Amino acid sequence: MKIERLIPIIVVIILGLIILGGTLYTIDQTEQVVITQFGEPIGEPITEPGLHFKIPFIQKVNSFEKRFLAWDGLPTQVPTKDKRYIWVDTTARWRIVDPLKFLQTVGGERTALGRLDDIIDSATRNQITSHILYELVRDSEREFVETELSIQVEEAVGKVKYGREKISRAILEEASEGVPRFGIELIDVRIKRLNYVEQVRQGVYSRMIAERKRVAEQYRSEGQGGKAEIEGRKEKELQRITSEAYKKAQEIKGEADAEATGIYAGAYNKDPEFYSFLKTLETYKETLDEDTTLILTSDSDFYKYLKSLSPR
Amino acid sequence: MAYDEEGKGVNFPESIPGKWIGWGVVGIILIIILVATFYSIGPEEVGVIKRWSRYVRTTEPGLHLKLPFAESVTKVKVKHIFKEEFGFRTLQAGVKTIYAPGGFEEENLMLTGDLNVAVVEWIVQYKIENPIDYLFEVKDVEDTIRDISESTMRQIVGDRSVDEVLTVGRIEVGLEMQKKLQQILDTYQTGVQITTVKLKDVNPPNAVKSSFNEVNVAKQDKETTINQAEQEYNRVIPRAKGEAEKTISQAEGYAVNRVNRARGDASKFLAVWKEYNKARDVTRRRLYLETLEEILPKIGTKYIIDSEQKGILPLLSLSEGGK
Repeated sequence: MKIERLIPIIVVIILGLIILGGTLYTIDQTEQVVITQFGEPIGEPITEPGLHFKIPFIQKVNSFEKRFLAWDGLPTQVPTKDKRYIWVDTTARWRIVDPLKFLQTVGGERTALGRLDDIIDSATRNQITSHILYELVRDSEREFVETELSIQVEEAVGKVKYGREKISRAILEEASEGVPRFGIELIDVRIKRLNYVEQVRQGVYSRMIAERKRVAEQYRSEGQGGKAEIEGRKEKELQRITSEAYKKAQEIKGEADAEATGIYAGAYNKDPEFYSFLKTLETYKETLDEDTTLILTSDSDFYKYLKSLSPR
Repeated sequence: MAYDEEGKGVNFPESIPGKWIGWGVVGIILIIILVATFYSIGPEEVGVIKRWSRYVRTTEPGLHLKLPFAESVTKVKVKHIFKEEFGFRTLQAGVKTIYAPGGFEEENLMLTGDLNVAVVEWIVQYKIENPIDYLFEVKDVEDTIRDISESTMRQIVGDRSVDEVLTVGRIEVGLEMQKKLQQILDTYQTGVQITTVKLKDVNPPNAVKSSFNEVNVAKQDKETTINQAEQEYNRVIPRAKGEAEKTISQAEGYAVNRVNRARGDASKFLAVWKEYNKARDVTRRRLYLETLEEILPKIGTKYIIDSEQKGILPLLSLSEGGK
């Protein structure tokens, strides 16, 4: 019997809870809300987080993100102003600034991303095709640091007028014009990836290989040059050392010969006749031997006694 | 109550469940309320408390109370260092870390400022500095960090030559990257702090790698060639110097020899001459005769001819005379 009495109370509580649930709603810290009544927006969008009231059942809560949202484009193939085909992949940050307009024009994030695809892609295309590749890659006028392998690529010179940062700003500016009508604000657009298309890439690789080969060749020839230089130096040194030694030796010998000549002259000059007498006798000793045939006459100083005891 | 008392002792089968269900329900409700009231925050986290989905406060590690049901807690790891990998993926970290095999060309191929291509792999480490911003300002902070990292890295690499990126520029690229990345993430109010950006591997693309190696080989060849030449120089020159010394020494020897001999000869001559001067004639004769005495025995054939004899040649067979 008690259970039967409890039933109406429980029913009332449940009904109350349902009505309360339809009346009370919370807005998250990260969200903003548009209240619609049979599809028609009622009042201003509510951005204040916390507990809120509405008319149950007939009013509907449409909540949207308040935070920065991501947009990531698909890589697109675009020619640059100097007709180089590249893949460009952009990324963007956006947010819903006017949830009412957003609700009316696009309804949800998914549709909004689709709209952004069109707008940002076309802005990207416009900017890429009106700049040369060098401008798209470089960021500032910063000069390259020279390394020992440095190679100057002829097209990678000249002033950077725009650079990637500025071109990204230009894409953002151009794309920003198209989004306010969706209640969206574009916060940032950046080129995430930029690369040569496959065929161009092969060409670039070939060029890189050729450049490296050039550097390698340069090293090799520098090596040969260095070697030749050292060999030359060696040859020169060798000649210098040898000839200097020869010169010095000859000088020493000459001096000695001169001195010796002086000494001989000084001594022999005292009596040249006696010198020649002595030297002649000495020469006889050295030159006359058993192969010699000597014919002497009996009036020679030696044999003269053979003929007479007292020659004249 | 009366119902309960009535069943006491009689042991009605339904009386015990009746009583226990009541207590059980109360117990369960109590437990639910307790669980919804108490919460604990780990040592590396903070708790972000929302009341009716609205942020109210942040709590430090420890055990805390909150209003049950009305308040909810989100734990954010503020001390933890998060890591993002670019251009490669670690499959399994450890003593021998395993990496995913390739397939990240889209991520790591980039154009350098001299319009060449480099393969750059890097990591970004960050921590959540401001959990409020982290939770409430940007959706998907992690994706944002990834997108901006890629974009910024290409911007920085695009301002350097391929050689610079491959060799001297690595640390500088890392530092500038950290600075720029932080700047951009701050403008978004992501609430994260970039602690490290580190370039892992920077390489030329595979297709051109061998030619880059060739340059290194050529560079070494150059050094080897020059070294060998230096070696040859060092082998030959000192030897030549030694030989030069030898030549000079020999000349000096010759000089000493020559002068000494001259002096000796001169002394000898002068000595003899001095004596000769004392008795010229007899010494002359003596020297003459002594010489003949010495040489005549050695001479093979001797003819002594009378001084009056004319035309001696017919008498001689000179051709045989020497024998």
